[in-house]
Order: sequence, then C-alpha cells, then structure tokens
Amino acid sequence: MPRIVIDPVTRIEGHLRIEAQVDGHQVTDAWSSGTMFRGIELILRGRDPREAWIWAQRICGVCTTVHALASVRAVEDAIGVEIPDNARLVRNIIAGTQNVQDHIIHFYHLHALDWVDVLSALKADPAKTSQLAQSLSDWPKSSTVYFKAVQDRIQALVGSHQLSLFSSGDWGHPAYQLPPEANLMAVAHYIEALELQREFIRIQSVLGGKNPHPQTYLVGGMATAMDANEPEATINPERITLLNQLVTNAETFVHQVYLPDVLAIAGFYPEWFHYGAGPGNFMSYGDYTTGNIKDPAEFMISRGILLGRDLSTVHPVDTKNITEYVTRSWYEYTGGDQVGKHPFQGETKPKYSGPKPPYEYLNTDAKYSWLKSPRYDGQPMETGPLARTLVTYASGNQQVKTLVDATLAKLKQPPTALYSTMGRIAARAVEADIMVGRLSNWVAQLDDNMGHGDVRIHNGEKWNPDSWPKSCQGFGFHEAPRGSLGHWIEIENKKIVNYQAVVPSTWNAGPRDAQGQRGPYEAALQGTPIADPERPLEILRTVHSFDPCLACAVHVVQADGRLYSRKLPVI
Amino acid sequence: MVEGSVLEACERRGISRRSFMEFCAAMATTLALPSSYAQVIANALTQKRKPVLVWLEFQDCAGNTESMLRSNHPTVEDLVLETFSWEYHETIMAGYGKAAEAALSRVVREEKGKYLVVVEGAIPTADDGVYCTIGGRAAVDIAREVCSGAAVNIAVGACAWDGGLVRSNPNPTGALGLQDAVPGVKIVNLPGCPHNPANTAAVLVHYLTFGEMPALDPLNRPLFAYGQIIHDQCERRAHYDAGRYVQEWGDEGHRKGWCLYKMGCKGPEANFNCPTVRWNNETSWPVKSGHGCIACASPRFWDTKSPFYERLPHPTGFGVDVTASEIGWTFVGAVAAATAAHGIAHAVRGKLHPETAETGEKAVPREEK
Repeated sequence: MPRIVIDPVTRIEGHLRIEAQVDGHQVTDAWSSGTMFRGIELILRGRDPREAWIWAQRICGVCTTVHALASVRAVEDAIGVEIPDNARLVRNIIAGTQNVQDHIIHFYHLHALDWVDVLSALKADPAKTSQLAQSLSDWPKSSTVYFKAVQDRIQALVGSHQLSLFSSGDWGHPAYQLPPEANLMAVAHYIEALELQREFIRIQSVLGGKNPHPQTYLVGGMATAMDANEPEATINPERITLLNQLVTNAETFVHQVYLPDVLAIAGFYPEWFHYGAGPGNFMSYGDYTTGNIKDPAEFMISRGILLGRDLSTVHPVDTKNITEYVTRSWYEYTGGDQVGKHPFQGETKPKYSGPKPPYEYLNTDAKYSWLKSPRYDGQPMETGPLARTLVTYASGNQQVKTLVDATLAKLKQPPTALYSTMGRIAARAVEADIMVGRLSNWVAQLDDNMGHGDVRIHNGEKWNPDSWPKSCQGFGFHEAPRGSLGHWIEIENKKIVNYQAVVPSTWNAGPRDAQGQRGPYEAALQGTPIADPERPLEILRTVHSFDPCLACAVHVVQADGRLYSRKLPVI
Repeated sequence: MVEGSVLEACERRGISRRSFMEFCAAMATTLALPSSYAQVIANALTQKRKPVLVWLEFQDCAGNTESMLRSNHPTVEDLVLETFSWEYHETIMAGYGKAAEAALSRVVREEKGKYLVVVEGAIPTADDGVYCTIGGRAAVDIAREVCSGAAVNIAVGACAWDGGLVRSNPNPTGALGLQDAVPGVKIVNLPGCPHNPANTAAVLVHYLTFGEMPALDPLNRPLFAYGQIIHDQCERRAHYDAGRYVQEWGDEGHRKGWCLYKMGCKGPEANFNCPTVRWNNETSWPVKSGHGCIACASPRFWDTKSPFYERLPHPTGFGVDVTASEIGWTFVGAVAAATAAHGIAHAVRGKLHPETAETGEKAVPREEK
C-alpha cells in the first residue's frame, strides 16, 4: 500500500507532516517531520539577559508566557536572585491560567473535531440532547430551546453552502461514533468554549497588559505593582475581584462542561484506551510552588522519571543526562551526527538535505525533520499532562491519586488504560481540574498579602547588571501545558553568550535517533487502525492527543554555535 | 436593506437586535465614521453570501491566530462562522492534509479576485524556501499563488509585516514580510506583536461595508490604528508632564501608576492605538499593567527598539516612528545618521546592527532626567 501523507497536520500550532505506512488497515510505521525552521538561535547573542524573556516568549504564541517564565527563571538562577512571594504567586496565576486555557482550547478547538461529527448534529433531537446534557451536568445552557437554536445555526451554515471552518471536515467518516445528540451537545460547547477562552484569559491581560504575549515579567519579580489603596496599581482590590470572578467562571466551566464532556466522549470511544501508547517513558521537571523554586519536594506537580510504564519507581531527574541527536534531522554536528550533545554543548547548524520543494514524499531513510531528537540517558521520553499526572500519581500525591482513580472508575477502565490516546485526554482534564482549583487559592494568598501590607513584587538587588558576576550560567524550567520545558543560559560581561531551549514538543514530536529509536509520536502511531486510507482521521486522533506545538519544537534558542564543555547546573 | 434580514442575522447569532446595532455603532466609532454609518455596517454584515477568507501561516508562532481568537467585537464565533466563510486556517480548520489543501486550491481557483487573505508569519526566501514548507510546497510559492489572486491581503503581526523577530539580525533563513516576499500584491499591514484583533476586525468590517480598505499611512498601516503616538494617548502622560516617574520596580510611583519612561518605556517612539483600544475586551494594555511599551508596531522594532529597559534619551520631539510614518522607513536611517551629531542617533539605537548596540553608549537606567 502506498504511503499515507498528512501535510499539513492542522489544528495544531505550527507545521507538522506525518508520513505513515499502512498495511491491512493498520499503521505499521510512521515518521514525524517538522517542516519549518526560524533560526532564532543567533538572535539572542549579545542581548541584555534582562530582556531575554521578551524575545524567548515569541518562540510560541499558543504556549505564550511559558518561555518567558522559563527564561526569567534561567537568568535569576544565573545571577542568583530570589523573587518575592507575591511575584511567585502572580507567576503561578499566569502559568496556571495558561495551563487551563490551553487544555480547554485543545480539547474543544484543536481535538474535538477528531471525535465529533458536526453534520451529524443536524439529525439530533434537541429534546433528547437536553436530556443527555442534563444527565451529565448542572450546566444551565441545556434546554431544548437552546440546543434547537444551536442546531438552527448549524443548519443555516449548511444551507448557505458556506461551511466556513467546517467546510473541509471528514463528516460521515466511519470512525465517528457519537450519537447525533452527543454531537450536537459537543458543537454547542465548542462555540461556548470560544466565548469562555476569550473571557478567562483576561486574567493575563489584568496581570500582563495583553494576551497573547503578556508583558509583565522582570528578572527579580514582576511588573505588577500592588497596593490595596491605589486605584492605578496593577493589583488592587478591584482587580482582585475581577480575577476571582474570572477564575470562578472558568472553574464552573471546567466542572460542568469540560470534565463531563471528556467523560462522555471517552465513554463512546473505549477502544481508544488501547491505541496510541507511545514509548512508555515519562518525564516531568515538576513545577508550581509557593516555596523555593529549588525545593522540588514542595512542588504541586512532582519531578521525576518513569521508565517502562513502571509506576513503582520514580527516578530522579538529572539534566546532565539530557542529549539531543541530529542523526535524522536537517542539521550537522561538528564531530559527526551519530553522537548526542548536551544542550550546553549543542550546535544548531542547519543543513537541509531533504527533497527540493515541491515534493511528494520525504526520504525517511535519511534525515527528515527540522526537529532534533532529545533523549534522556539515551531513552525517548514522553512529556506533557499524562507524564505529569503519572509522575505525580506515582510520587504518592493524594489529590491526584483520588482524582485519577475516580476518573478511571467512572470510565470503567484499569490504570493501564492511561497509556493511550484517550489516556492523554483524560490526564489533561484531570490536570485542568486541579489547576483551576489552585488558581483561587493563589489569588486569595495574593489578596491576603496585600491586605497585610506586603506589597513587595520585585527584588531589585540584582537589577543593575553591575552587581552580576563577570560570568555565570543558569537553568530555568517550567512544566508548560504541553510538557517539560528547559532554558539554559550563559552570561558574560552582562550579555548573553549562550542560550539554549529544549521544549516539550521536541521531546514528543522528534524523529528517530542514532539508535533508530522512534520518537513518541512515531511510536504511538504503531498499530493505529485506519478505516479509510484516503481519510486517515485516526492518525490525527493520536497525534492531536499530544497537543503538538511545532513552533516551540523546532530547535530554537541557542545564542551561538560555539562549543561548550563546561559543567552544567544540576537541578 | 430589508429589516427582516437584520433580525434573521441576530437570531442566527443568538443576540438581540439591539446589541447587534450597538455593536455596529461601536464599530462606526472605531473607524471614525459618523454614527449614521451603523446601519450601513449592519447591512454589510448581514449580506447573504459571505465573503471568503483564507488565513495563511508561515514562519509564525500562531500568536496572531490566538489573538484573533480573543476577538470580542465582533466575537470570533461571529467572524469565523457568520460574517466570513473562513475556509482555510491551519490552526483551527476541520480539514487536514489533502482536504485542507483542496480547500485552499478551490478558493484560489473559484473565487479569484474576490477572496481575502490574512497572512501570519514571515516568509523564508533563502535556499529555495526549504525553511518552511506546507504540503511539500515552499511558503513563498504558496504566498505568491494565493496572495496574488486575492482582493486584498492583510498582513497581521510584526513577522508578516516586515519579517519581525524571524528577520532580526542575522536573519538566517532570509525571512521577509509579505510585501517584500511577494512585491506588488494589494496589502494592508496590521503590525504589533501580536496584532490587536480589535483593529483587524475593524479593517474587515470596513472592507465589508465599503469594499475597500480604510485610509492607510505610507507603510500601509491603517491611520485609525497607527496614526497616533502612544505617549500622546497614554493615561500616564500627565505624570510624565508633571515629572512623576517610576524610579524602581514596585516603588511608590509604580504603585500609583506614574510614568514608566525611566524604566525604558518606548511609548514616545511608538505609533499604535494600544492605550485606547486596549486588549482582551478592553481589559488592559502593557503600560496600564505596569510594564513599559516595547513599540511592537514600529518598523523592525526588535532591532530598533531594544534594549527594552534602557530609557529613551529624548522622548519628546524627534520620534523615529513619526518620521517613519510621514516619510517612509527607508529614510529613517538617513535621518538618524544626519542627527547623530546631536546625540539623537541613540533614539534609532543602531539595532539594525546589534554590534553597534554593544559598543554604543548606554544611558544609565535610573539617571535623573
């Protein structure tokens, strides 16, 4: 059978191409290729480290803020400055908001159309849809009249013969299994989620002036001045009230719409708890603390590594063991492409050797992607909500354990079902549930500090670069919505001389390495059923379950091509 | 205009006629049109056949797509489902692979001269365009084919305008903005990092209403959005005039909302309606939230406006961006050179060549004005 090509893979961030070999209605092998390179590598060289975050934030506009956070943390680690408690809280609120926002948008706007047949919703009985919705949750928008109006709206689109975003969908594909009523409910929630995300993200606008790309981080703290008695302070009682209202609305949406929808849709696709397993190794740097960033024991999301789906042992993370391969990527390494290099020794010398565009197929026996292949101790690692949930679960976190066990019980699935396409979706929802709950605590703590007159938001001790050591290096990390993010920086004479980022989707979407080991997408696609090779919707389901972000993934920020053999900061 | 169709349009959107007309009136105000134009706008928004729109993404971060998703007036649901037939947009469209490519080809073939194109991201031109391919085709070829057949092209964000961050020195992929990568296409630029969806929506509504773009400056930016200096519209301007400055992050002045000029704010050199339109349903904008402006809607701002925490030497009088708007960017370098003797070159900051920045004189961040 000829090779299946999906390019562009849509409903992701960035430019991803999947080539797959299909035999007997099953994927037997797959290749994941990032087809865009920006080469931000050289751009940070010589810049002021205090503004590195403004540049690094532009690595991605979907995962906006996450690179800004990792970047300021890297600089703070390098120059040795601690941030005030309030700044930590504001960062948690911004990052937590991003996490919940990303998970909601991913489920409804990037992933849902793999499971939801929009046109089937026209056949639904609005009264029965109302019954279904009310059996699942207390969400008030669930009347027959409401669902009839949504159905009329879809009918008007169809009647106009201009289906807009929906015009090129795979409607009627045999892999769609939801009854018409569930489809109608899901389309209604797709539209409602557009409204929710637009409102909820105002939290980042309050604290950062805008979203995407909020503008508020500072090395040493945040620019969100706070004062209970000042109407023009960024954070004051009026703004706390707004934050609380936005958090509460999102919490209601997560509990009454997002979680019930995930459970309902997963219930109609039980076999997808058996497809899409991936490499079986999971990594999390851990994150979210109100204590010291160097004390992982206090993290809300645990730090650790799981190997071979063994939940009994959580291995420590040592960033010395991280290497990146370019054996199958369009780059070359001094000294040969067979050896992996640590981020601080890394090079980014693009050398395209693929077919000249326009082309039909890549030569997947040679180099075939702009992504590198990160490995931990030589092993491919899956990162993201599933990895975090498993690591935190295996670390004995009671809240995560209770929620995961309850979710599995509702779905009548064993814990091993988590290693799957649907497992990733479920883990993401569980994480959003926990995160949205924490947001209100962080806002309350901020309010409490302000009420007690603690308005410290920035530690200015090291703001003046004259106070820095002549040369220093640092590591900044964040558990971004899509997984483990690391930034490495080296500073000399107040300027950036080396900057390196290894990001979640590079871990997940990278190509094979020198040993021929597949990247997580490639591994997860093995055995995917394909009903119709002309419309390989099932491939999208597994790829989308990782929530790909290709702008992040294509090897991005290294200050220059110079070689380093220095010792790394160890986390 | 038949009254019934406005009602019908409202029903379809699930909103009252009153709120729909309020929106049309607000849009007229944004575009600086007399209020009587509200009805004309309403008519345009309720036409039977929706104009076809395709959104192309090249060397992008999808930040402009995300920004569009935050559109509030009109809402993004309204834009992508009711107002336009939004048939190609990789990040949010239903189709993928061959079906997605077929949707784009159909538009190019069957809607020639009628469709709108929004472009996001820079376009790499080095090495046969291998740095960005979609469906095996080079971005520059796709842009040439799709944009040249469009009624109009809207470049959103800094990257699609002038190459943005991707084109920053040393520009390893030969990245260009649309107007340089595909010269001669009909274009309106909506720079910013990202674009502000309120402006983009207003441009789209203007086009629907009048069949043409609003008045543009010489850089093809709409005057209604880029015709004024941020400093002159800033809510903290009175503090600047009174000499009340933030001296340190988190100090009394910072908590009282004083001027951020000494903390590196580039508002005096930036043209944008950020302070009045604000972001995310008018919630805030960077200066209101306590951080200086980085002039993200100015030409080549990454190279010309950084370092972002260094205060401007002469914030009033000569403004690079004003000059750029009036006489075109190509002259700014010459103007900067001519004024170097007067110490104003620092305002241009020589960041077209970062090396200059490294050796150049530095203003002391907290020095008294």
